[in-house]
Parts: sequence; C-alpha cells; structure tokens
Amino acid sequence: MGSSAPVIAGIKRYKGKWEADQAAHLLKRTLFGVKKEDLDHCHKKSLKKVVKELLYTEAPLPPPPINNYNDDKYTDPEIQPGETWIKSLKYDGMNNGRRKNSFKSWWLGLMIYQDRSIREKMVLFWHNHFVTETNTVDNALFCYQYNMLLRQHALGNFKEFVKAVTVEPAMLRYLNGYANTRKAPDENYGRELQELFTVGKGPGSHYTEEDVKAAARVLTGYTINYKTYTSSFDPNRHDDADKQFSAFYGQRLIRGIKGKEASAELDELVDMIFEQEEVSRFICRKLYRFFVYHTIDEETEKNVIEPLAALFRKKNYEIRPVLEMLFMSRHFFDPANYGSMIKSPVDFTVGLCREFNIVFPDATNYIDQYGFWEQLRNQAAGLQQNIGDPPNVAGWQAYYQLPEYDKLWISSDTLPKRNQFTDRMINGGFSRKDKKIVIDPVAFAAGLPSPEDPDLLISGAVRALYRVELPVDQLHFIKTNILLSGLVGMASDHYWTMAWQAYQTNPTDKNNKNIVPNKLKLLFKYLMDLPEYQLM
Amino acid sequence: MPSVLLPSLINGFSIRALAASPLAQIAGGMDSDQVLVLVQLNGGNDGLNMVIPLEFYDAYHAARTNIAIPEDKVLRLNGFDKTGLNPAMPELQSMFNEGKLTIIQGVSYPQPNFSHFRATDIWLSGADTSQILSTGWAGRYLNVQYPRFPEDYPNRNMPDPLAIQIGSLVSPALQGPALTMGMAISNPNSFYDLINDRAASVPATRAGDQLAYIREMSVKTDQYAGVIKAAAQKVTKQSGKYPAAGKNPLADQLKIVARLVAGGLRTKIYLVSMGGFDTHAKQTDATDTTTGTHAKLLGKLSEAIGAFQDDLCLLQVEKRVTGMTFSEFGRRIKSNASGGTDHGTAAPVLLFGSGLQPGIIGSNPLLPANATVNDNIAMQYDFRALYASLLEKWFSVDKEVTASVLLKDYPLLPIIQNA
Repeated sequence: MGSSAPVIAGIKRYKGKWEADQAAHLLKRTLFGVKKEDLDHCHKKSLKKVVKELLYTEAPLPPPPINNYNDDKYTDPEIQPGETWIKSLKYDGMNNGRRKNSFKSWWLGLMIYQDRSIREKMVLFWHNHFVTETNTVDNALFCYQYNMLLRQHALGNFKEFVKAVTVEPAMLRYLNGYANTRKAPDENYGRELQELFTVGKGPGSHYTEEDVKAAARVLTGYTINYKTYTSSFDPNRHDDADKQFSAFYGQRLIRGIKGKEASAELDELVDMIFEQEEVSRFICRKLYRFFVYHTIDEETEKNVIEPLAALFRKKNYEIRPVLEMLFMSRHFFDPANYGSMIKSPVDFTVGLCREFNIVFPDATNYIDQYGFWEQLRNQAAGLQQNIGDPPNVAGWQAYYQLPEYDKLWISSDTLPKRNQFTDRMINGGFSRKDKKIVIDPVAFAAGLPSPEDPDLLISGAVRALYRVELPVDQLHFIKTNILLSGLVGMASDHYWTMAWQAYQTNPTDKNNKNIVPNKLKLLFKYLMDLPEYQLM
Repeated sequence: MPSVLLPSLINGFSIRALAASPLAQIAGGMDSDQVLVLVQLNGGNDGLNMVIPLEFYDAYHAARTNIAIPEDKVLRLNGFDKTGLNPAMPELQSMFNEGKLTIIQGVSYPQPNFSHFRATDIWLSGADTSQILSTGWAGRYLNVQYPRFPEDYPNRNMPDPLAIQIGSLVSPALQGPALTMGMAISNPNSFYDLINDRAASVPATRAGDQLAYIREMSVKTDQYAGVIKAAAQKVTKQSGKYPAAGKNPLADQLKIVARLVAGGLRTKIYLVSMGGFDTHAKQTDATDTTTGTHAKLLGKLSEAIGAFQDDLCLLQVEKRVTGMTFSEFGRRIKSNASGGTDHGTAAPVLLFGSGLQPGIIGSNPLLPANATVNDNIAMQYDFRALYASLLEKWFSVDKEVTASVLLKDYPLLPIIQNA
C-alpha cells in the first residue's frame, strides 16, 4: 500500500478535457452520487459555469421536519400529523425522541433531494467539523436549529460561522458551554474551539494549556433558556477579568469587559485566533481530505494547501472562493485522483438512490416517505455513519485517522453489509406495507447509451457506476456470463440484442418477460458487489 | 489477467454479514460422500455429430452431407456397434470402453424452446416449457438437504460450501428460494491467487491502492476462503494428463474440482462450463469434417474429462464423483448451407465416472430419409428424469423429496451401479 505515484499537478486553473469523465469526478465529490440528468446537464456546460452553479445556486431552504410520528402509543396533542413541530416549545419524554427521529430522517431526505448544489455535502462536512451529537444534545429543536445553522453558513464566512456556532444552543449543550461560568469554568469548548474547530493540531499549531484556560474564561456566561429554546449571555456568570494568551497568539491580552457588552470578548477571541495563518491551513487540509484524497504529501501541502490557505485569508475566510479554486484546479482533475476515495456510508447509500433514480413516496404520503428515509439512515448507521450522531467530538474517524483514513469505512463487518445493501436494493428492495423502494434495472439500462448492444451496455453501466475502469477481460467475462448465458463469440451478441428488443416490444410476453430484467439485475448486482463500486 | 476475489469468490454470500466464528475442522471419513460435477456446454451442442448413429449412417450423411463425419472415422464403442463417437473424442471413447461413460440418448423436454436464454433457464431451473421458476433445480435440492442455510453454516456437519461454480458466476441452477446455495470461483487465477496468498494485481494508482485494500478485506471476510485453501493445499500432485494452464479452460476448471474433492471438501455439487457450441456456420472444416470448430470443442471436452477422470483415479477419489454434460438444446438434423447447424431440440447427455451403469440408454435417433429444416430429434428422456435419477440413485435422496425438488415424479433411469 501507499505505492501509488504522487500527484504533482498544482492548484493552477485546469484547462484540460472537460468531458463526462471529468464532470462525473466533480459531481461525485460535490454531490451524493451522480444522477444521469445532472451529468448530462453539467458536461454540456463549461467547468466554470458548473462550479459556479454548484457553489452559488441559492437553493431555497427546505420545508422543516414534520410530525410523522404519531403511533399507537402516542399522539402529539399539540402538533397535527403532517404539520411541522419546529415551532413547538413543549418537550417531553414522549415527543422528543420521536421528533429527533423525524429530524434525522428529514435530513437524509434533503440529501436525496438535493439540488445541483454543494450545500448538502457541505452540511455533512461542517457537521463532521463542528460536531454535535443528537443523543447528547437530546433535544430535537436544538438539533434542528444547529442543522439549519450549518446549512445557513455552509458556504458563507468561516469566521462568522465560528462565532455563530459558539453560541448555538446545541453546541453550548454538547460541549458544556452553558455550564462554563466565572465560578466554575468549563474548558471543554475553549479547548475544542482551538484543537478541532480552528487552529487544529497540525505542525503549525502551538497553542498552550494556558490558552485553553484563557479562552474558556472568555466564553463564560452563555446560557440556554429552556422556555424559549434559545441561548443568551448572562453577564453575572461571565468572568470579567483580563485573559492572557501565549506567545502563539502574540502574548495577546483580552481585556475583561463588564456587563452586557462582555459578549464582545468573543469577537476579540475569534479575531485573535483567525490572525493565526494555521487556521486557514487547517481548514483547507480538512476540505482537501473531504473532497480530494486522504493523504497530503509535501508537494500537495506546498502546491495546493498553501495557495488555498493564502486565498482563504485574502478573502477574509469566505468559503466559496477556496472551493472554487480547488474544484477548478489541475490538481483536482489529475486522473490519479479519480476513484481515489472510498465512499462514505452516506455517499454509498444516498448516492445509490440518486444514481438509480429510486422513487420515494411524495409528501402527500409523508409517513412512508419519512419511513423510507429512516430505513436508509439506519443502513448508513449500520455501515458506521449515523448522521446526527458521530462517534465523538472529533467526528468520524475515517475523515481524520492516520494512516487508514477512509479505508476505515471498510471492515469485515461493513463490507458484507455494503454488499447486502446493494443486493437488497436490486433484489426486492425495502418495503413498507404496499410501498417499496427498489432499483428498476430496465429503466436504468434504458438511460444508458445503446443498451441493446451488450458491450456498450456494460461499458455504459461501468462508466455510470464507477470512477475507475474495468480491465477488458473483466468486461468480457461479464458479458459472456451475465448477458449471454455463457454464449461466446462475436456472433453471440445479437442474442442479447434480440432479447432487449423483444422486451421493449412486448414486455409482458411470457417467455421473455423475465430474461431481460433478470440479466440486468445480475449485471448491476455484480457491478455493485465488485470493490470498484466502493470507490468514488 | 486480473482476478477478482470479490464477488467472484464469495459471490452469493455477499447477501449477509458473515459471523467470524472459528470453523470446525474437516472431519475425516467422508469417502462415501458423493459429488456431482455438472459440465455445461453453452450454445447448444450438436449432439448428432458428437454421438453418431452409425445404424442410420446413410440418412445421417444425407441430412448433413457438408458436415457429416466419414463413417470410417467414427470412433467405435465396445459392444455397441450401432453408435460411435466423434473422432475428436478418443479419451471419451476409452472411458466408454472402460465402463466409465454412459450415454443417454434423446434428452429434452416436451415442447422445447429454441431460445438460448429461455432454454438455458429451463434446464437450470428444471421448469416446464411454459413455467417460470425463480429457483434452480440443484438449489432446491441443497435447500432441502441443508436446511437453514446460510444462517447455520458452516457447521461441523457441513463445514464447506454446498456447491461451487468454477469459471463463471454462480449458476441459476444453484439458486435457492431466498439466495444462492453456491459460491463461485469465477476464474482459475483467483483460485491460485488465493491458495498461494497472491494478491490480485491492481494499477499503481491511488484508486488501485484502495482496491487492493478492499479486496484484501473481502478475502478476510469470506468464511469459505480458508477451507478452500486448506483443501487445495492437501493436494500436491495431480495427473500429468491435463494440458498446460490456459490451453483448455474446461480442463483448468476440472483440475480445480479434482483438487478440492481430493482435498476433502464435502461440497456436493460443482459446476463447470465451456462455451462456443452455437455453431451456426463453419461447424467443420469444409474439406475435412473431422476438424474445425466443433471438433476442437469436442476435443477439449474429451481431453478435459479424460484428464479429470485420470486425476480422480490417481487421487483415489474416483468412486465419489459422477459427472454429467448438458447443453440447452441440440441442433437441427439437417445442416445449413453455411456449413453449420441451427437450434434444435433433443441431444445426448454424457455421464462419466466409475460408479455408473455403463453403456447407452435409449436408441439412436430416427432420422428421416429426406430431412428438412423443420426436422428435429425426438425426445426419449426428459432431462428431469436424469436429475431425478441422480438425486435418488447417486445422492440417495428420498423419492418424495426428489419429487418435491423436481415438482413432479419422473421415471428413474438405470444409470448407477448397484443402486
């Protein structure tokens, strides 16, 4: 392992080929899976236009999560079925868990129905960055508000984002900010603010334990109001003494402020942290690992991370310009990066649904709609990515743990489960009473170029589902064994063509009706069971 | 040649998470365990040029003058002078004369279908011509024989795969009610990679590095990889009659079967296959009908089975193994103008092994004096009667169970010695 050639292309503007391959690479990384319609739409436009669309589309904010949760044990007395619960300020042991589930399923639905915008992928990125856990926060409204905050700032200004998330109720609760008082300082948030959220633990980060303590004191005084479900600042709980920081922060002294104005200390703290160039590098490395490849070698640090970080600073920590530079770079489109990431469980499950155009019940049948979203969410959770509940404050290991990184998604437990999931999606699907989500193999094949030609059908399917090529003898094996029932020789191809055409002409003909769908099911099952399908 | 262990090796088992339980050691004393090897000839084998009706040679020659095997070149069978074999099959001739080959004439089913795909489905599922079955005949048998598969497997009584397909995907013949009862070693290279701890090659790229890791994980995940490797490693010498690797794909597949059987796997059914039998044109050389496409195919079939039988004998497991060749249909009596034959109906099935009742079952096909393109060989035996005979006489399955597996009662054929 690790024997692959280094990628030497730098951050300069990519001016090479812009074809379906390149478009698919960009879309696979910035969306969850690539829908055919999105690919068709994008590769006809220029790279610049596509990146603009992905980054600047102001997609409308989604309608909020609803009461899908009345059951035989509980009927929400306040919120009607199908109505949103986000305006409710009444929480108890009966509604909270149900609303948390509603929230998490709703979020998965947003991923499935994402626009041609990077926003939902960035929400996941920021969730993994500014981690909170639904189980710990333990209030559905806080979790929803936090999630909407991620969405609101996903492509905005990172500095403003840090300020906002610092006083977000879910975060105050998750990292004990609400309990951080003059009399009993709690260092939890003050530490993670630096270690995980801004300057990080990279080679250029040298904050000290004293800095942790000083930051914690700056942050004293924030509280959560459980009547209004908002946070506020209580000057009586704030430590108004001066706070001294280390040499890493230029021996900065943050003067203690008394009274309501004291919350301005937060601005000063964030300004001080953001004066450290390491912030820009830390975030750019994290974006790189999320969107390009897990390992950052010296070349990449110098030729990609440094220029991205410089731009990030120059643009006063606006997120979009950095992503724009990255997604339009030679480095991003270096073929060595194609297929170099292992799909996260969310990419794997949501991506499959989007790529195969799985049809979900619409909002008029929100019970089943949310039900299927929940089933998918549980699948991703079984594959070790439970959205809303990362394992700890550092996020999912696969995004940071040296040296394995995304290989950690694949284990002797999760690999069979991944195969089980794709097998099930092609054979029978997931059911709720009379409703079902399942791959329609014929519809998918019909969307590929020349499905009547067995070679083109297979190469089209490989191109649609993989980011890497299959060797010629593998393609031949698949054709012979799956589409042609073992028939060999050039003359055999027409047997598939005849079967496809007969099926198109008369799909209900008794002798033909199973042949084409069954062979296509085998084909797609086989392709999704191969390791290549795990890559993106 | 890249070889892929996932899903080739664990194909079919990907449906479930596999428990990491230590496997039971292979118990001794399984020498009485019967094994069935199914040899599928894809494309529709021309039975009339494989088993030649010397009895009706004139009609045979008249119907297919351009491809007919000269009478004096037909291989003779001891004690059966009315029937002979294609000259490309000397090994099978020897096996017949040694009592290790049984020919069943005219095997088909009522109202045969002429489509490769549909006819293949019928043979593999055991369906009637107008019946659609979603399970395979062998899969239904294994499902009865090994209840609660795969949840309760592997276990002490059956530590090994129930069925193994070599050289292809898991056959629909092995499809059980919920999932396949078999696993596949999709190409011989992946087998040798496994037993030699050799990683399949990947490109030297970032993606290749990821692929190598996932493949490694897929081998670790495969609970049967270990028993297959252990069985293979018990066999260090095999017959010298096999051709060099890559020369005869069927022989390569059968060589693995012999090794696994002799290595002690209790696997009941193996499937191997070869393609190319769809000989619509230039079935033989125009000037010498004993050579050409079909002769090469039959030559490989004969060479492969001959070497396999020799190997089984050498490895002292000959008594445990019976083999059967089959194809989705035979070909038309009358040849076409392209020097080939079009899709037909009934054809002979070959059984091989040392436990067989040797000889020929059934009679030579009756051939019309002036065959037309519409003339087909008449059915003498339903292929499911053969399946039933193998289940009851070779695998000692109860009559009622056989009927439930094959969905009907079929008359048995006397194919097994002392059974």
